[in-house]
Amino acid sequence: MNRAPYMPIALVVLGLALLPLGLTSNTVLNFLSFAMIITLAAQGWNILGGYGGQFSFGHAVFFGTGAYAMALLQVRFGINPWLALPLAMALGAAVGFAIGHLSFRARLRGSYFALVTLAFAEVFRISANAWGFTGGAAGVLVPLRIGPEHMQFADKRLSYWMALSFVAATLVLTLAMSRSRFGAQLVAVRENEEAARALGVDALAVKLKAITLSGAITASAGCLYTQKFLYLDANLAYGPWISVEALLAPIIGGVGTVFGPLVGAVVLLGLGEVTKTAFANLTGGAIPGVDLVVFGVLLILCVAYAPRGVLGLAQGWLGRLKGARP
Amino acid sequence: MSALLSVQGVTKRFGGLTAVDNASLDVVKGSITGLIGPNGAGKTTLFTVIAGFEAASAGTVLFEGRDITGLPAHVRAVGGIARTFQIVQPFAGLSVRENIAVGAFLRHKARHAALEQADAVGHQVGLGPLLDQSAGQLTVAGRKRLELARALATAPRLLLLDEVLAGLNPSEIRDMMPVVQAIRSSGVTILIVEHVMQAVMSLCDTVHVLAQGRIIAAGPPGTVSRDPAVIEAYLGHGAAARMQAQDVRQAEDVRQAEDLRQSQARGQAPGAPHA
Repeated sequence: MNRAPYMPIALVVLGLALLPLGLTSNTVLNFLSFAMIITLAAQGWNILGGYGGQFSFGHAVFFGTGAYAMALLQVRFGINPWLALPLAMALGAAVGFAIGHLSFRARLRGSYFALVTLAFAEVFRISANAWGFTGGAAGVLVPLRIGPEHMQFADKRLSYWMALSFVAATLVLTLAMSRSRFGAQLVAVRENEEAARALGVDALAVKLKAITLSGAITASAGCLYTQKFLYLDANLAYGPWISVEALLAPIIGGVGTVFGPLVGAVVLLGLGEVTKTAFANLTGGAIPGVDLVVFGVLLILCVAYAPRGVLGLAQGWLGRLKGARP
Repeated sequence: MSALLSVQGVTKRFGGLTAVDNASLDVVKGSITGLIGPNGAGKTTLFTVIAGFEAASAGTVLFEGRDITGLPAHVRAVGGIARTFQIVQPFAGLSVRENIAVGAFLRHKARHAALEQADAVGHQVGLGPLLDQSAGQLTVAGRKRLELARALATAPRLLLLDEVLAGLNPSEIRDMMPVVQAIRSSGVTILIVEHVMQAVMSLCDTVHVLAQGRIIAAGPPGTVSRDPAVIEAYLGHGAAARMQAQDVRQAEDVRQAEDLRQSQARGQAPGAPHA
């Protein structure tokens, strides 16, 4: 296997892994861990939406399924989190396959597919809020049991590194996928489904594979969320906030690129934090939801001026620099 | 001579409109077979039925003797049937090489093998220097070549070409014809829908003529182009008779002119009785 294309991933991950050695404040570590969790959720969205062109507005359905499965398997069934995690991811994949089966077989595309995913997420949210098994409106509390065997770390750096290792794995997976036959067929389906079919691409099977993989990855983000906060309710797990962040991060970072979700998540959350702090200092009190205003403005700016995201902008600038220096 | 593709009594209805009406044709292995007809005759519809993009309302399609009527398009592509689109459908966001590689991935699982195959096919159709360009930036002629290259990269046994010459200028057509001939020489059977008659005449071994959904004539291009039914289909009712009458008149004019020339040569006044 040719290793050269994977070098940038190794460098970026190494750089991120070394960050906590310099930055030791709890706020920064919490921010970094959270950014990694959002990156994971966004990376899942990116495979289906970025590479496959199937825009989902309801990735909360996978995030929430992963998060609830992780919590309930521990609380209700006493399963160790290290075993619960792959089970929760498998469940996320199964939900992905089921939703894909229902919507792609019905030939839903574009905004129709987006609306259906949004509807699924809402159905799951309302059900989780109503059902006793999931803790209803009170939510689920995972008992505090610090120790690596319970996937709860006293040292915040460890939980960051764990999230980072998941991000690293999905970066490698995404790059490997984009260079494979499956990746080429997925992009072909995004660009022109008719033409792809003419070239022997089973468009339905390709989309089903993509949404299954996407579901598993985004579910893993939910698992890490559960282990980080040890508390869940329906609005946290299945709320629209995560659907929005999972799709905003890749769009802002660079849709259909390996690093897009990572760059987007860091930019998005970073700006959100900065704004929240700035407004709190300015007005003397926190204004809830002010970061969402920033997200909205960012989205508008991206759609208008950087349709290929931050990475696309950077590439454009680099290209011009190179062009200026022959 | 065996038929690679055999279309038997295919009918395609869209609601009340019968686009293809009980059409039958055979494509002989190793041939370039043409499908011509006036605009709206149903050529492209018949093509989409053969390629599996539309289900036939009636009739069967046999490929290498097997009934493929019920198979979806991508399975037919795996089986060895590739098509191009009349309205070109490039993957605009990808480079030319990546476009062709999507076709090549059908037979090659490994990336390097698919890319090598894409390069080879790209050079074969004359896209060699443009492989790294974005497909969206190609000229019309370039896009037509790309359609051809992508289909060819799937290593088909039957290639369905839907007006690959339409929209090209005469010199581009001259450049493209040897490419099509070379594909046939490499062992790929071709069924071609085409309006450019000069190309049909020189490329095709056999031509089938479709008019108002029906096959009205079939045979070598030279014969078919003189068929009165074909002339009428293109130029309207009575056209064949008018053209024949015109031919007779022209022949008469020629004869009279010849007479005149001969009588002048003998030094006689025009119109004077022959000696």
